[in-house]
Amino acid sequence: MTRRVTLVWLLLLGITFASFVVGVEQGAGVASAAAVVIIGLALCKVRLIGIHFMDIRVAPRPLRLIFEAYVLAVFVTLATLDLVVT
Amino acid sequence: MTATTRREAGAPVAPPGRRIPGEEGIWVFVLGDMTVFALFFATFMYSRGKNPDIFARDHASLNVALGTVNTVLLLTSSLFVVLGVQRVLTGVRRSAPRLFTAALACGLGFVIVKAVEWSHLFGEGKTVGSGEFFSYYFMFTGIHLAHVLIGCVVLSRLIAISRRNELTGHTAMLCEAGGIFWHMVDLLWVVLFALFYLMR
Repeated sequence: MTRRVTLVWLLLLGITFASFVVGVEQGAGVASAAAVVIIGLALCKVRLIGIHFMDIRVAPRPLRLIFEAYVLAVFVTLATLDLVVT
Repeated sequence: MTATTRREAGAPVAPPGRRIPGEEGIWVFVLGDMTVFALFFATFMYSRGKNPDIFARDHASLNVALGTVNTVLLLTSSLFVVLGVQRVLTGVRRSAPRLFTAALACGLGFVIVKAVEWSHLFGEGKTVGSGEFFSYYFMFTGIHLAHVLIGCVVLSRLIAISRRNELTGHTAMLCEAGGIFWHMVDLLWVVLFALFYLMR
């Protein structure tokens, strides 16, 4: 268990570094695409925290489905607003 | 030494199979709070789409390095909390107070870094009234900071609870519920960090 959550923590740090690089390197012309990538990476982190740290992996199916639906809905909403609203 | 032989007498043991982590009430609160923040996120994205140039300009005033430090602090505190809660649930809780104390130190570190960051911004004349971007920034990170401060109080309680000689199933459940609250604070920051600091 300690090994699993430590690996998840390392993965979270790795994703943070990757999104930092995307954020710093994003060019003006690809800002929207970069934003979608940044949002996607953030929601991946949210899911990892929920599943492994909040222990949703052992939760009853309805709670897990609500959490997974939340992550997906937030990603789709934010990505859509980024790409559509002008 | 195995976990079984180290388990303290009378300590609660997490039941096998599927179960609700913590208790139902904490999930109603956490999911409700997450939904409110989701509306915050969507509002920010909508306004950003309407005023891309202003948001890109004001975004440049934020210190991405300090935001990254705070992200690492909260992620690390969450690791300490999950390890501490696991120690309590399995009855091997001698190191749990130390783990919760380390998590609290990270949480207080977050508050200090945030204070430094806001001081710099105030020094540059940036306040909640300095345009749409900073209105969102100070309101959302301020509400989140209030969550962090409440979380620090919760962690202080977890330290005290986990030091008790006798630990009932109820107090173990309180530890787990407190941990879930702290992870929510971490989870919300992860999205705020992406929206304010990383997206141009």
